[in-house]
Amino acid sequence: MDLSMLWYLVPSVLMFVCGIYGFMTRKNLIAILISLELMLNSADLNFVIFNRYLYPGSMEGMVFTLFAIALAAAETAVAIAIIINIYRAVGNTDINEVKQMRF
Amino acid sequence: MDSVGNIIVYFAVAILLLVFSIMAVTAKKILRAATYLLFVLIGTAIFYFQMGYQFLGAVQIAVYAGGIMVLFVFAILLTNKPNEKDQAGNSHRKLWGFLVSATSFVLLLFALFYMPLIHGYSLVECLSASNMITMHDIGVAFTGGEKFQYLLPFEAISVLLLACIIGGVTIARKD
Amino acid sequence: MEVIIPILILAFPLFTFLLLGLCGMKMSHKVAGFIGIAMLGTTAVLAYIVACTYFFSGDPAFIFEGVRQQYQVFDVTWLAFTQTLVVKIGFLLDPISALMLVVITTISFMVHLYSWGYMEGEPGFQRYYAFLSLFTFSMLGLVVATNIFQMYIFWELVGVSSYLLIGFFYRLPSAVSASKKAFIVTRFADLGFLIGILLLSYYTDTFNFVELTQNPEIVLGTTGGATYMGASVLTWAMVLIFSGGMGKSAMMPLHIWLPDAMEGPTPVSALIHAATMVVAGVYLVARLFPLYCVVDFSLTFICCVGAITAFYAAMVACAQTDIKRILAFSTISQIAFMMVSIGVAYDKPIEGVHYSGLGYMAGMFHLFTHAMFKALLFLGAGALIHAVHSNEYTAMGGLRKYMPITHWTFLIGCLAIAGIWPFAGFFSKDEMLAAMFQRHWFWGAWMTMVAGLTSFYMFRLYFLVFWGEENPHYKEHKPHDAPWQMSVPLILLAGVSICAGWIHFGEFVTWNGKPYEIHIEAPVAFTSLLVAVVGIALAAIMYMKKNTIPEKFKNAWPALWQAANRRFYWDEIYMFITHKIIFNIICKSIAWFDRHVIDATMDGFAKVTQNVSYRIRGMQSGEVQSYVGWYITGAVVIAAIAWLCFA
Repeated sequence: MDLSMLWYLVPSVLMFVCGIYGFMTRKNLIAILISLELMLNSADLNFVIFNRYLYPGSMEGMVFTLFAIALAAAETAVAIAIIINIYRAVGNTDINEVKQMRF
Repeated sequence: MDSVGNIIVYFAVAILLLVFSIMAVTAKKILRAATYLLFVLIGTAIFYFQMGYQFLGAVQIAVYAGGIMVLFVFAILLTNKPNEKDQAGNSHRKLWGFLVSATSFVLLLFALFYMPLIHGYSLVECLSASNMITMHDIGVAFTGGEKFQYLLPFEAISVLLLACIIGGVTIARKD
Repeated sequence: MEVIIPILILAFPLFTFLLLGLCGMKMSHKVAGFIGIAMLGTTAVLAYIVACTYFFSGDPAFIFEGVRQQYQVFDVTWLAFTQTLVVKIGFLLDPISALMLVVITTISFMVHLYSWGYMEGEPGFQRYYAFLSLFTFSMLGLVVATNIFQMYIFWELVGVSSYLLIGFFYRLPSAVSASKKAFIVTRFADLGFLIGILLLSYYTDTFNFVELTQNPEIVLGTTGGATYMGASVLTWAMVLIFSGGMGKSAMMPLHIWLPDAMEGPTPVSALIHAATMVVAGVYLVARLFPLYCVVDFSLTFICCVGAITAFYAAMVACAQTDIKRILAFSTISQIAFMMVSIGVAYDKPIEGVHYSGLGYMAGMFHLFTHAMFKALLFLGAGALIHAVHSNEYTAMGGLRKYMPITHWTFLIGCLAIAGIWPFAGFFSKDEMLAAMFQRHWFWGAWMTMVAGLTSFYMFRLYFLVFWGEENPHYKEHKPHDAPWQMSVPLILLAGVSICAGWIHFGEFVTWNGKPYEIHIEAPVAFTSLLVAVVGIALAAIMYMKKNTIPEKFKNAWPALWQAANRRFYWDEIYMFITHKIIFNIICKSIAWFDRHVIDATMDGFAKVTQNVSYRIRGMQSGEVQSYVGWYITGAVVIAAIAWLCFA
């Protein structure tokens, strides 16, 4: 039995759709951020998988993932800063409270 | 033919990923959701190790599972009262979310199985000794300006992180 | 010749305009007036230098073997659209442009000086001087144009300055409508002018006057015998160009703006609407005279238009009560005189008689003398209005004792325009009539009659204003002569009006540059003098003392009098055509189309957009999660479609 590319891609896809589901259904901003991290993680995993199976001699996918992790750190930091600010402003972190950007 | 150990590890981690992904997005308590996310991140790191990316796996654990998770936990503790539960959205939104994610899941799986490229390779074949990436290779790649070397993005990331630090402080501090 | 002086002639008035227009309101009236007068005085001196150099230096560039040359001082490319379509700006010196330089700067200087007294204390005094400078600049640019397009540009600039000055008292609704009328009528005429220019230059490949007029036969050849509606293209072009001149020079039927233009300040009427701008049409015909010569029809057309206008305007002038209107109609009549005079000029023998362009010379001569004495008359009228504060002669009468300077200068002007020896008008009018008689006895007889009418209505005005009964208002408000700024120009112009006739004009300005010996033709001179004296005598009988003869005439032909007083209903005809026919029938339907088809289409677009966006704005709900839902749904749909299409 071979551990082919497909075997690794399936958990990645699962992680990704879980992220979508969480992003669309959670109310807490931090929970939404967690779903976002799930999606990002699945994308990272995909880079690595494709790198390993299709171009085993090179390291572009891995490098991309490294940078993506750094970016994720930055993004999370800023997002959390914003969430804390929202919390100060409205008293909780419910996404239904931040609907001012509408028609 | 991959070794049995590898296959066992794979299945264990795959199931772990599946279970904790679902739990992370359905858990009522945010802190628990964050914990499940931690498990997912660690599982991903195990996959990285399994595929021969030791440095990447280490970074995943150190930065993601270590640094970012700490950020999450702090944020949760700052913004949530203890034992507060995250009320799930209304059922209409839940249904919609389920439909959208299920559809994309089906579509993505269909795409995966349809693509001929992804069949037929085994991990063992790819993991020959010549393909292993050493720390030396990574160091050279990150400090050079030639083709397939990444000094410029590396520096750019450092500037980005600096900007992110300043931005985070500016946004979150009390006026 | 140095290039700098001609450039300065144009630059000084332009600079004055800019200076007074931009910074004038920061200056006091005195400073602004002084700047205007000083700059224009300098310009006048420079123009005299240029004209004297041209006429008297004997430089072979100017006069070669006894023939005066056309000399382009400079001619620079201004706008180069394509290889062939190039608009140039230049300075052309030839007899008529040198003559016009003198006329324009002289009259303009007199008017500048006069206005200092006349416009004293008026609000917008600085603006007035700025506009006067603009006008002087444009008129100078017009007369020295080296090509017909430059002339057209300055032609329009002249029209603009005329518009600005007629509407100077912009608080008066009548002044505003008069300025609009003047602008619209002349613009309408200029449309023909522009079409004519384009036609002409399309066939000849040049705008340049020298190239056009040196070889008119070649120009005739280049049109290749192309015809339109039975007339050759060149004829069309020349008639259309003349239509521009008809507008500016107030020929029938485009004369209606000139009487109304009298709403402007009186010095402006003297400068623009008597002496300089309105003769631009005559100047245009004179400028293109060789071309007009090769198309006989256009000269005959000019003749007919001029003859009819001259008679019509003289008739109307006999029945007006506003002294400026009388002078305005007199101006129309005199310009028409010049037109006829140029129209009868020919350079080629007809039935064995060689005409040698006498009419051309006479017309330009009359342009020169008329500018002087008509400006004098207008400035005199300004002095009268200044004294009694009314334009109507009924408010005047018996003024000769109160305003001696104005009286004597006005009398000199009247004698000059009536054509009494030895005043300026006699000589020029005599030459014109001689030219007309040479051509055909009919033109001569007709215009002699007009000359008789001229002396009649001018002396009617003179006697009504300076003789007859004194107006009772004089007791409360005693009229007196104008201040020195106004009297000096009057006296100077009166002097010119006396002497100008003795200039040997034929030596300076002839159509082909060769000198022409003026000799008084005794029968013509005697006839015109007789007619003029008869006119004066009639006027004296009827108006010198108050009597009932005018009333009797009026009652004998009430319809005629009424018609003349109402200017033979030309304004009413125009009102009927514009309001009843054009506005009601054409414009209303166009307006309907505009409102219900074009506007409605645009409104429809706007309404549809508005409604649709109102309907779909709910999508912009502010809920991030629904955005993500739509986003992923869209991505899935696109992926599915791509799959179906390309897999």
